[in-house]
Amino acid sequence: MSDASVNLRALDGPSGPKPKKMLSRRNIILYGTLIMIAMYYLVPLYVMFMTSLKGMPEIRVGNIFAPPLEITFEPWFKAWGTACTGLNCDGLSRGFWNSVRITVPSVIVSIAIASINGYALANWRFKGSNLFFSILIFGAFIPYQVMIYPIVIMLREMGLYTKLSGLVIVHSIFGMPILTLLFRNYFTSLPEELFKAARVDGAGFWSIYFRIMLPMSLPIFVVAVILQVTGIWNDFLFGVIYTKPDNYPMTVQLNNIVNSVQGIKEYNVNMAATLLTGLVPLVIYFISGKLFVRGIAAGAVKG
Amino acid sequence: MATSSVSIKHLDLNFGATKVLKDLNLEIGQGEFLVLLGASGCGKSTLLNCIAGLLEVSDGQIFIKDRNVTWEEPSNRGIGMVFQSYALYPQMTVRGNLSFGLKNARLPKDEIDRRVARAAEILQMENLLDRRPAALSGGQRQRVAIGRALVRDVDVFLFDEPLSNLDAKLRADLRVEIKRLHNQLKNTMVYVTHDQIEAMTLADRIAIMKDGLIQQLADPHTIYNKPANKYVADFIGSPAMNFFDGELLGDTFTSGNLKVPLKAYEFTEGGAAGGKVWFGVRPEHVFIRDQAEAMPVTAEIEVEIFEPMGSDTLIYTTLAGQNFHFRVEGQEIVAVGDKMKIGFDPARASIFDQATEQRV
Repeated sequence: MSDASVNLRALDGPSGPKPKKMLSRRNIILYGTLIMIAMYYLVPLYVMFMTSLKGMPEIRVGNIFAPPLEITFEPWFKAWGTACTGLNCDGLSRGFWNSVRITVPSVIVSIAIASINGYALANWRFKGSNLFFSILIFGAFIPYQVMIYPIVIMLREMGLYTKLSGLVIVHSIFGMPILTLLFRNYFTSLPEELFKAARVDGAGFWSIYFRIMLPMSLPIFVVAVILQVTGIWNDFLFGVIYTKPDNYPMTVQLNNIVNSVQGIKEYNVNMAATLLTGLVPLVIYFISGKLFVRGIAAGAVKG
Repeated sequence: MATSSVSIKHLDLNFGATKVLKDLNLEIGQGEFLVLLGASGCGKSTLLNCIAGLLEVSDGQIFIKDRNVTWEEPSNRGIGMVFQSYALYPQMTVRGNLSFGLKNARLPKDEIDRRVARAAEILQMENLLDRRPAALSGGQRQRVAIGRALVRDVDVFLFDEPLSNLDAKLRADLRVEIKRLHNQLKNTMVYVTHDQIEAMTLADRIAIMKDGLIQQLADPHTIYNKPANKYVADFIGSPAMNFFDGELLGDTFTSGNLKVPLKAYEFTEGGAAGGKVWFGVRPEHVFIRDQAEAMPVTAEIEVEIFEPMGSDTLIYTTLAGQNFHFRVEGQEIVAVGDKMKIGFDPARASIFDQATEQRV
């Protein structure tokens, strides 16, 4: 009997899952390409990181790919605390705090306004809402350079030119088109019946926004925060135009350290300073990467 | 005099240049269960949204309980609404979902608790109150959605295809439950569906809609037996009605070699003018073999295709040169090529003018 049952299991020909070859042509091409692209981005990072841990004598030897013989954190401390830009010799720390003071309010203000815009455009189709939306989106296609000088005048008249608050306003305005589009698309993708049900339940504009819509939109808020934090943190143009040296954001200060023409080029300090500046967006990505992908997928599909 | 609960007067609704509802008039009596039935795109959901106040009407008036609510907010109309996709607030518990509307209305807390408890009792979901919608099954979610309308203590319930997202068995269960609820509460209910079984089983009256117009408004019995026009006749009934293309001459309908005497047929007022007509026979009004002998009209047919469905079997054949199908008892043994005698009673048939498609 047991023989018979064994025979029954021994089926001829292909059966069960198809065996997969590890080294198939497809895999080699796929992983080969992925590794190449990863190297393209990782090698410069590696060089920067290694260089930032070397002393100047070792750098002059020229082996840029070699790991440091003697690890030193001196360049990092110098970049953060004592490197000179212009008259100030307190390193990037000043720029870091300026950037924080610019980024945090800009992100909050722009997202708050854009999410309400998007919600109103998606759910409360008022007269002319489509025209309003078109104008807003059109803003995303106007080159910044056109608006630089008018904004200088505007800020001057408001008494905010060279002030951090002026820069916050500029960032909030420029984030508006793309963020509104993002939020509108997300809110459009939420079931319309939910909104109708809330109206039957007697909820008003704000009540629906805060009690129904907001709790459902965490992914898209994460996307907006990432877009805005990286965008504003990495901004150079507005920072250099609308502020004065005391208020320069980190990126502008980094440029001033790296591009200074006097004295010797301290490559290790430059590398450390660059890495320090890039750290904030990097950390944000690592913390919220998964949510970011989810939110992008949710917000971008429907037009 | 039966007071009307919902009354719609000369209602127009346009989306841009598209006229969705055209001069629509409808009176719904107190405690009535009215079903709006039609294919998708006929304007039935649009009409319901207009009653709810979720869509602004282009013209006309809506009265609920003899109060003109045309410009009122949905929450002030005295309606509760149940949606197809349940539309429960995902971040709130069942209790939160039920009490959201009451909190917006700023009701005292003990009143809210009392109403939520009552709704939970009626719908038998006391043990679900602290769960979130994600932890509920489809049937339970829809019950919560009904509960949300229930706690509002309103006169009129609006249902927008509430059972369409459920599987067949649950749909049948909840259908009975809705009917029981109506018997218990005696509220006015307006129910939108594209499912004729739901319509026939639930409704006091059915309004069949097409292209924004009500084709026929009558009780299910009348709709089934005396459809007002060919569209209604075709839409109601599954399998669909057979239509013979032929001519009406005095008291006889002729189509090819088929001659049907119409002595027993009840013509409508001013009907029987003669001319080209459609002669409609329901598949379930056809009898075979011995029973066929007793019928006023008989014919010999050959089985071309048959579909056994368990409780009954559907047979496709040709009669008078036209496709014809009819229903027989499921225990009947048939085979392709079988010859059999069939018969039907023209008194139960429906005749429609080919030009106007109206019943004659």
